[in-house]
Amino acid sequence: MFRLGLIVNPVAGMGGRVGLKGTDGPDCLTKARELGAIPLAPSRAALALRVLLPVKDELCLFTCPGLMGETAAVEAGLPFRAIGLRVGPQTGPEDTKEAARRMAESGVDLLLFAGGDGTARDIAEAVGENVLCLGIPAGVKIHSAVYAATPLHAGEAVLSLVRGRRPSRRLAEVMDIDEEAFRKGEVRSRLFGYLPVPADRRHLQGLKSGSPRSEAALQKAIAADLLEKLKPGALALIGSGTTTRELKRALGFEGTLLGVDAVKDGKLVAEDCGERQLLELIAREPEGNVRIVVTPIGGQGFLFGRGNQQFSPEVLKRVGKENILVAAVPGKLAALAGAPLRVDTGDPRLDRELSGYTKVVTGYHEAVMAKVTA
Amino acid sequence: MGMDMKEKIRDFHQARWDEPVIFELSAPGERGILVPEGGPLVEAAGREALEELPAEMRRATPPALPEMGQMRVLKHFLRLSQENLGADFNIDIGQGTCTMKYSPKVNDRLAGSPKVADLHPLQDESTLQGALEIMYRTEQLLKSISGLDRFCLHPGGGSQALSGIAAIIRAWVDDHGLRDKKDEIITTIFSHPSNPAVAKLRGFKVITIYPDPVTGRPDFEAFKAAVSDRTAALMITNPEDIGLYNDRIREFTDLVHAHGGICSYDQANANGILGVTRAKEAGFDLCFFNIHKTFSSPHGCGGPGCGVIGAAEHLAPYLPVPLVGFCEESGKYFLDYDVPKTIGKMKDFYGVLPAVVRAYAWIMNLGAEGLLEVARVATLNNNYVFQKILKMKGAGAPPYAKGEHRMEQVRYSFQKLKEETGLGIADVQNRIFDYAGHIWTSHEPFIVPEPFTIEPTESYSKDELDEYLAVLERIVEEAYTDPEILRHAPHRSVIHHVDHDYLEDPKRWAITWRMYRKRFDGYFQPKDA
Repeated sequence: MFRLGLIVNPVAGMGGRVGLKGTDGPDCLTKARELGAIPLAPSRAALALRVLLPVKDELCLFTCPGLMGETAAVEAGLPFRAIGLRVGPQTGPEDTKEAARRMAESGVDLLLFAGGDGTARDIAEAVGENVLCLGIPAGVKIHSAVYAATPLHAGEAVLSLVRGRRPSRRLAEVMDIDEEAFRKGEVRSRLFGYLPVPADRRHLQGLKSGSPRSEAALQKAIAADLLEKLKPGALALIGSGTTTRELKRALGFEGTLLGVDAVKDGKLVAEDCGERQLLELIAREPEGNVRIVVTPIGGQGFLFGRGNQQFSPEVLKRVGKENILVAAVPGKLAALAGAPLRVDTGDPRLDRELSGYTKVVTGYHEAVMAKVTA
Repeated sequence: MGMDMKEKIRDFHQARWDEPVIFELSAPGERGILVPEGGPLVEAAGREALEELPAEMRRATPPALPEMGQMRVLKHFLRLSQENLGADFNIDIGQGTCTMKYSPKVNDRLAGSPKVADLHPLQDESTLQGALEIMYRTEQLLKSISGLDRFCLHPGGGSQALSGIAAIIRAWVDDHGLRDKKDEIITTIFSHPSNPAVAKLRGFKVITIYPDPVTGRPDFEAFKAAVSDRTAALMITNPEDIGLYNDRIREFTDLVHAHGGICSYDQANANGILGVTRAKEAGFDLCFFNIHKTFSSPHGCGGPGCGVIGAAEHLAPYLPVPLVGFCEESGKYFLDYDVPKTIGKMKDFYGVLPAVVRAYAWIMNLGAEGLLEVARVATLNNNYVFQKILKMKGAGAPPYAKGEHRMEQVRYSFQKLKEETGLGIADVQNRIFDYAGHIWTSHEPFIVPEPFTIEPTESYSKDELDEYLAVLERIVEEAYTDPEILRHAPHRSVIHHVDHDYLEDPKRWAITWRMYRKRFDGYFQPKDA
C-alpha cells in the first residue's frame, strides 16, 4: 500500500486571476475574495489525483478536511482518510504547517501538495528535508523547483511511484519572492530552503542534467576546477547554492547553504556574511586579491540580485568583474532554454559592465561561454 | 490478409522467448565440438608455447564458459535474434543521428567472400594486394569527397576516430612547444559529446558554445569571446544533430586559424552534404567519417564499425599507422609505417576490412552523381517528414530557425503532448514497439524537452515514411484518449515496461554475469536485501 499525503492550499492562486500578484497575507486574500476570486487549487489537485484512479486500490490517501484536501479527493473520485486536523473556515500557513507535520508523523511515502511558492515555504519550514515531497503547481508564483511542470505531470510522477518506481531523491530549491515588491512590478526572489523531491526527470521542472548521482558528481567536478582557480592567499567569497556548497565542502567545511561564506587558504574566515562584513573583509585585502564564486539561482539564471543581495554593487565594484567566478551544472544552463544569464544588482551602470560573455565552469576543465544581460 | 494499406497500422506481435542467459543454460560436460586429440607431438609443442607465457599471466582455473551442445547454442541465438528489431525489419528512421540506411546485400556478399573473410592478419603483403588496393582506392574516394589530403581507415568507430584526432591535436601542440600556451578546445553543445570527451582525455580544457536562440546555429559572438591564443582547436559538427547547417562555418574556422589553432570536423552526420560541401572549403584541417553510417556499412551493434580520419597535408604526418601506400616502381600496394610523426596504432592489423569493402562497393556503385543524389533524397525525405510532424498534434520542433528547411534530420519535441496529457517521449517510445517501430529519446544534450530525432535517410520510400508517421499519429491519439495503454506499454514486445531508474543507479547494475552472481540471488533480488 502506498501512503500518499495530500495538502491543498485552497487560497493559492486566487490572486492571479484577479490581477493580484500572489495571495500572501490575510489582507490580500480578503481583497482577492472581494474581487470575486474563487479557490482554484482544489481543482488543480483533483486533476493530478484523477491520474491515480487506475491504482486507487493500491493507494492509501491521507488528507485534510474540506478545501484543504477532501474536496479534491471527492472531485477526483479517490477514497481517502482524514488525518484528524481541524481547521477554521479560512485556512492559513499555520494549517499547512500543522498538516505537513501530521503527515510526516503518520509516515507518508510522499507528501503531495498543491499551492505556490508560499505553500512550499510552509511545508519546508514544517518538515524540512525529512519527507519526500512533490508540488502540484496551483499558485500565482512558481519559482520553486519542487513543482511538477503541470498537475498532470504531478499525477504521472506519483502514479509511477505507486507502481513501484523507486527513484533517488534530490534536494530541490524552495524559492519565493517578495510579494509586496512584486505587486509594484519588481521581482526579487530568495532561496528559502530545500525539499527532497523524487528525481524524476520526466515530470519535474529543472532536472535536466541526468540523475542526481551524476549531478552530485558534476558538482564535485566543478568544485575541483574552482579549487584550482582559487590561488593561495586569495580571499574567496562563496555564494549560496548546492553547487557552491560542494566547493565549500571540498575546502573542508560545511558553510551555509543560503549565505555567503568567506574563506582563505582553505580556512573559513567568516560565515553567512552581510554586505557590511564583506566590505570590511575586502578592505583588508590588497587590490585584486578577492574572488567571488557564484552559481545562477533559480530557473531565471540570475547571477546577482536574487537571493544574494549581500553581493551589493559596492562589493562587486571593489572585487572587480575579472575576479568573479561563475559555476553551474550544465542542466541549469540548459533549463534556461537559450535565455541569457542575468544581473540585477540595483545599479544599472554596474549591470551593464557585468553584461557580455562570461565563462561558466560546468565541470572539471569544462566551461560554457554564456551570455550575461541586465 | 496483410495489413490495411490505407490505415498503415500493423497488427504486429514480436516473438517472445523467456530465454535464459547463456550461462544459465550451461550443462557441465556438454560440448559443441569434440576436438580431436593432438597426439604427442602437438601436445609437446603446446606445452612449450604455454611455457613462454609468464607465470602471472597464466590462468590457474579454466574460464567459466558455458558448456553446451551445438543445437542448443543455435536455438539460443536464433531465439534472441527473433527478439530483435533490426534495421532490416522495421522502418528505422526514429534513431536520428545514427543514419540508418539500407546496406545492399550484394555488398555483404563481397565482404563475406573468402577473398576477404578468409584473409589472415599476418599474411604477407604480397598476398594481400587486392585488399590493400581496395583500401587504397577507398582512401582516394574519401579524399575527393572531403578535399583533405590523406586518410587513415583504421579506427573501429566514430569515437575512436575522434580520439585519434584529439591525439593528433595533442601531438601537434606538443611538437610546436605550445603545451603550456594552447590548452583549450572549443566545441558546441550540439556537436557530438565525444568531441569534448576526447579533448578532455588528451588533457585539454573544453569550452562549449550554445546555439543562438533565434537561428539555432552556434552563437558566433560567444564563439568570438571564447577564441584566443589559448585555443588549440575547434572540434565541431556541421550540420549539428538538430539538422541545421551552420553557413557561417568558414568564419569560425578562419577565426581559429587566425589564432594559430586547428579545426576538426566531426562528419559523422555527412548524409545531407555528400557532394554538396567539403571539409576543405569549410576550412578544416582534420575530419572523420563514419563508414558504417553515411557509407552504408552496417553499424554492427557497437562494432565493428569504421571511422576514418582525414588530414590536410600539414597534419598528415601525424596520422595513425599503417597507412596504405602504392609503389609506382613495383606496382605494389604496401602497409606504410613510415609516417614521421605518427600518433601510433589505433587498431590491430588493417582495421575493419569488411566495413571498408562494403563502403567501397557502395561508393563505386553510386559514383559522384549518386552520392549527391543520396544527399538530396535524404534531405527531401527529411523535410517531407518535418512538415508532417509539425502538423501532428502534441508534436513540434524547438522554436529556433522558424520557417527554415532542415538538412538530413530534425530534433523534435513532444513537450506539448507532455503538457496536455502528462505523457511524453519515453511513453511514446515504450508504445512504438507494439507497432514494430522504434523511436530514440535523443536526450543529449538536455536542451530540447521531450526530444526525439527523426533521420529518414535516402533509403525509405514515401510509403514507408507514411507508415511510420501513421504509427506516431496513432500513438499520439492514444495518449489523448487512452493514456493507460501507453503507461503499461509495450504490450506486444519482448518484455514489458522497464523503468530507467535501474540504469541510473550503479548499485543496481550488473554488467557481467560474474557481477550478477555476486550481487543478486534471484531475478534482481539484491543479495543483502
